[in-house]
Amino acid sequence: MAAVPMTHVLMVAAAIFGLGLVGVLVRRNIIFVLMSIEVMLNAAGLAFVAAGARWQQADGQVMFLFILAMAAAEVAVGLTLVLQIHRRFGTVDADAMSRLRG
Amino acid sequence: MLGLLWLVPAVPFAGALVLILAGARLRRTGVAVVGAGSVGVSAIIAALIAIRFVTLPPAEGFFTQRLWTWIRVGGFAPEIALRLDALSLVMVLVVTGVGFLIHLYSTAFMEGDDGYSRFFAYMNLFVGMMLVLLLADDLLLLYLGWEGVGLCSYLLIGFWYRDPVNANAGRKAFIVTRVGDTAMAVGLFLLVTRLGTLDIQGLMQRAVDQWAIGSPLAVAVAALLLAGAVGKSAQLPLQTWLPDAMAGPTPVSALIHAATMVTAGVYLIARTHVLFTLAPSVQLAVAIIGAATLLLAGCSALTQHDIKRVLAYSTISQIGYMFLALGVGAWSAAIFHFMTHAFFKALLFLAAGVVIARMDDEHDMFKMGGLRHDLPVAFWTFLAGAASLAALPLVTAGFYSKDLILVETWSSVLGGPWLWIAGLVGAFLTSIYAFRMVFLTFFGTLQKPPTGRSGWRLHVPLIILAILAVVGGFVELPATLGDRPYFSDFLHAALPAVVNDAARAGAIARLQIVAGLVSIAGIYVAWALFLRHRSLLARLTRPRPARQLHHFWAAGWGFDWLYNVVLVQPFLWFVDVDRRDAIDRVYDGIAWSARAGWRALSATETGRVRTYATGLTLGAIVITAIVIFL
Amino acid sequence: MTLVWLVVVPFVAGAAAWVADRWSHAWPRWIALAGIGIDLAIAVTLWFGTSGAALVPGAGPWLAEIDVRWIDALGIHLHFAIDGLSLLLVLLTGLLGVLAVAASWTEIQDRVGAFHFQLLWILSGLIGVFTAMDLFLFYFFWEMMLVPMFFLIGIWGHERRIYAATKFFLFTQVSGLLMLIAIVALYIVHGRATGTYTFDVTALAGTPMSSTMSWWLMLGFFGAFAVKLPMVPLHTWLPDAHTEAPTAGSVVLASLLLKTGAYGMLRFVLPLFRDAAASFAPVAIVLGVIGVVYGAALAFGQTDLKRLVAYTSVSHMGFVLIGIFAGTTIALQGAILQILCHGLSTGALFILAGAMQERLHTREMGRMGGLWADAPRMGGMTLFFALASMGLPGLGNFIAEFLVLAGTYRVSPIATIVASTGLIVSTVYALWLVQAAFQGPRHGTARLRDLGVREMATMAVLVAALVWIGLYPQSVVDTASPAIARITSAPRVASRAP
Repeated sequence: MAAVPMTHVLMVAAAIFGLGLVGVLVRRNIIFVLMSIEVMLNAAGLAFVAAGARWQQADGQVMFLFILAMAAAEVAVGLTLVLQIHRRFGTVDADAMSRLRG
Repeated sequence: MLGLLWLVPAVPFAGALVLILAGARLRRTGVAVVGAGSVGVSAIIAALIAIRFVTLPPAEGFFTQRLWTWIRVGGFAPEIALRLDALSLVMVLVVTGVGFLIHLYSTAFMEGDDGYSRFFAYMNLFVGMMLVLLLADDLLLLYLGWEGVGLCSYLLIGFWYRDPVNANAGRKAFIVTRVGDTAMAVGLFLLVTRLGTLDIQGLMQRAVDQWAIGSPLAVAVAALLLAGAVGKSAQLPLQTWLPDAMAGPTPVSALIHAATMVTAGVYLIARTHVLFTLAPSVQLAVAIIGAATLLLAGCSALTQHDIKRVLAYSTISQIGYMFLALGVGAWSAAIFHFMTHAFFKALLFLAAGVVIARMDDEHDMFKMGGLRHDLPVAFWTFLAGAASLAALPLVTAGFYSKDLILVETWSSVLGGPWLWIAGLVGAFLTSIYAFRMVFLTFFGTLQKPPTGRSGWRLHVPLIILAILAVVGGFVELPATLGDRPYFSDFLHAALPAVVNDAARAGAIARLQIVAGLVSIAGIYVAWALFLRHRSLLARLTRPRPARQLHHFWAAGWGFDWLYNVVLVQPFLWFVDVDRRDAIDRVYDGIAWSARAGWRALSATETGRVRTYATGLTLGAIVITAIVIFL
Repeated sequence: MTLVWLVVVPFVAGAAAWVADRWSHAWPRWIALAGIGIDLAIAVTLWFGTSGAALVPGAGPWLAEIDVRWIDALGIHLHFAIDGLSLLLVLLTGLLGVLAVAASWTEIQDRVGAFHFQLLWILSGLIGVFTAMDLFLFYFFWEMMLVPMFFLIGIWGHERRIYAATKFFLFTQVSGLLMLIAIVALYIVHGRATGTYTFDVTALAGTPMSSTMSWWLMLGFFGAFAVKLPMVPLHTWLPDAHTEAPTAGSVVLASLLLKTGAYGMLRFVLPLFRDAAASFAPVAIVLGVIGVVYGAALAFGQTDLKRLVAYTSVSHMGFVLIGIFAGTTIALQGAILQILCHGLSTGALFILAGAMQERLHTREMGRMGGLWADAPRMGGMTLFFALASMGLPGLGNFIAEFLVLAGTYRVSPIATIVASTGLIVSTVYALWLVQAAFQGPRHGTARLRDLGVREMATMAVLVAALVWIGLYPQSVVDTASPAIARITSAPRVASRAP
């Protein structure tokens, strides 16, 4: 198996992370924000996997499993919150929810 | 007998205390008995002590009574102790004697007043404080009496407190004299620090031992004490309070001018004469201040319409004579003039009080006139007082005392012709304004008949004082007129004799003739201008410069205006500007910037998740950049 | 053991007063009066009981002492001790505590129990401050009196009470934290140098440290005490707090709380940091002189009666500061006498101002005037205490100010002369106070009720005390002199170069 160069993998991970970040920053729909966060998590996971492969260490893969578990938990909590928000505010627009304004 | 000395000040204090605590419950007679009686008892005790002191003098020439140690701290231990010597004895006799007569007079004069017991409480306190001042053996105790008389003058000048004018006058008296007092206090600090005691005799001894004549410390101390004396005795430049002090009831003026308060400065300088001898420059300043004051005040007295203000300026002027005497080292002459002045000035005030009361509280002499038939007692006694004030030769007490001052001013090594001429001009002015009062008030046409009547309690003090104002001078007959200087001889136990310049000592008789002629000439001028040829007076004062000079003199040479502009207004300006305390604005500034910071930071709290996320991102980028590139 | 009682009795009485409020409004008043009265009695017994040999200098430092281990791990002790200086201040606290309770007898009608609870806790804290000889314990009481004072002003005060209470709290809290830092630093420095970690004042007095360190630590303590004193320019909390507080609060503030600042300087700043304090003295004296004159001038400018009296405190405490840092025996005695006399005279003026406000419902002097005719007793008393406040000889304040200035002359003639001008300005404001309120024409027609028996009794006690100190201050001087001798003769610590 031809080894994919480390830099390529990291660049892909960075690109995905950047996409996710842009999604978080520009989308107003909370569901999309949540999905963008998932994308960013996966980008980080990809970087971990690549690093694990590079150093021949299982730690990278272990970290990815952690991230998976955490992402699942996060989606569960996040979606619950989204449901609650939708029920209370009647919208999923993130900017409409600024009750914590100083 | 001498052991009863403490009772002399204690009895008036007790009187004051009784009146303060129980005055509201006492009837008028009770108040009068306590008020006048306490001073009377004090006078009797003083007289008995005096008899004992003269017939059986104590071995050292003085008697000291230690009551208790005031405070003992760090080597400084002022005593509450009384000292009786020739000087304090004379002063005490005059103060209690004249004081009693004024109290007796007041019992009738203040009859109809609401604050009858308050009045006598203050008066008793006044006399008591003055006696403490006189008898104190320690400068700190003297200072207690010194401030005490200042307080009582404030209370009594502002006695009719409903009128803000009176209250202001009282306040002014206290504050102006307190300026001098504070200078004196600084002098006391200096003495405590340098000589370690305030006991007067010990102080004088140590001063002589440690300080050379003219040493800077001696000069500083003498100058500071002089500042205190100038304040209390209403001399230049702190004389402005005394004319306003006329706001008080007339007996108060008599007490302030004759028996208490204004003579305190004279007494202080005489008491601490050793210090002044050590500081010749300050002693010269005393003489010059005295001479200048007697001239300035004499001119101002000439222009007043209010009879009491004439008397006030006259007091300033006469105290100027005493300062002149002190300044040339004629210590006992100063005390002699103090005594005769007490007699005739108390008399003049009390007689003027009768006139004013009978004229329905009219103070303006130009609205009186021709009263000599309607008010015979007041007229004759006032005449005796005025003659004594004008130093009418041979027959009045004032002649002997003022003449002694003039002669010794001429002959003393510290004096000289210039000071003598100033005194002589002052004497001329004195006799003009003294008889200006007499002619305007009692002669001429009757403008308004007096009302009411005066009882014996008003007349008896007048008559006694009139007799004293005439015969009081015979205790000291000059060399040319019998040579019986009993008074000076008695005082020489406490005060040194004047040091005469041999070259000038021979001309006494000629000086006396000149002084006598000047006095008579002044009376003639007063007669001519204010009785005989009123039109001449009108012509004299018509030109514009003359009118302006008249105004200037009448306003006391503009000192009030000067102080107002230089001191009072800037102070009021500062107080007004800083009423809300500029320093607090600094803390307001801190509070404001905290609030501004809060506002600025709270603006970032938009509540929008996306904004926060942007912030996070940017922060992360910046930090990463820093880590990588730095 | 008596010392513990001194602190505990008002503490317990305060709590009891709060509880007793359920049954009657009169109960808390009587309980409070009894509580602080017992304290006063204890202090007086202590004074008379020990006025013999124990007051002679060199006969052992303390009149009474109790020293129990508290938090061993940190070397903290429950160390109470009392010497002449502390005793005088405890006596003052007892006396003015009684008067403060008496002064609020009719003024406070709202939440009476809670009021007396706060008042007594302040007093308890004050006594703790005056007797604690362990810095940790001292700080504990220092903060303990602060909180009830905040509520006293904030709840029972006048119109701008919240503002005033917050300002008071911020000033004292910030400066208190400075002191806390200094205390902890001193604790560590001492521990490192000697191996024993302790908060005990006497042990800490000889701590070897660099002069820079000692300078900074001294400033930490000085800052806290200077705010309390108060020293210009840290004084601006005072006019607001004094003006807005209820009468008892003003009395306690002016007569007692300010004294903790002076006491702290005498007890801690001078003995702990002798050299640093000596080199700082010129600055402190200059600030004291400024305070004397500036406070007096501002007092004259006020139209609010209580505010006027408040600024006079700034002026008078300036004398205390001068006296403390002049450092001569005479000046120190003067400072202590000034502490006592200012407490008495200003306390009286605040009680009178409170009585006037209770009757006239205003503190504006422009709306008073001519009150003497209706209320001669009140007028006479105001006059008396105004005169005391301007330093009339024969009354205590004169002796105090005279000694301060006479003692300072040796150190700095210029400072003495400038401070003396404060005497003139004080005359101006004192006489103005009397004139504005009691002289001149009447405003309005309502008759003013004169002082009653309760108020006259209060006044009589204060008058007697001031006259006594004015004419025979020796008993007070003798009580304080061992403490002063210790301050002036404390061993100089050889300081290492920084």
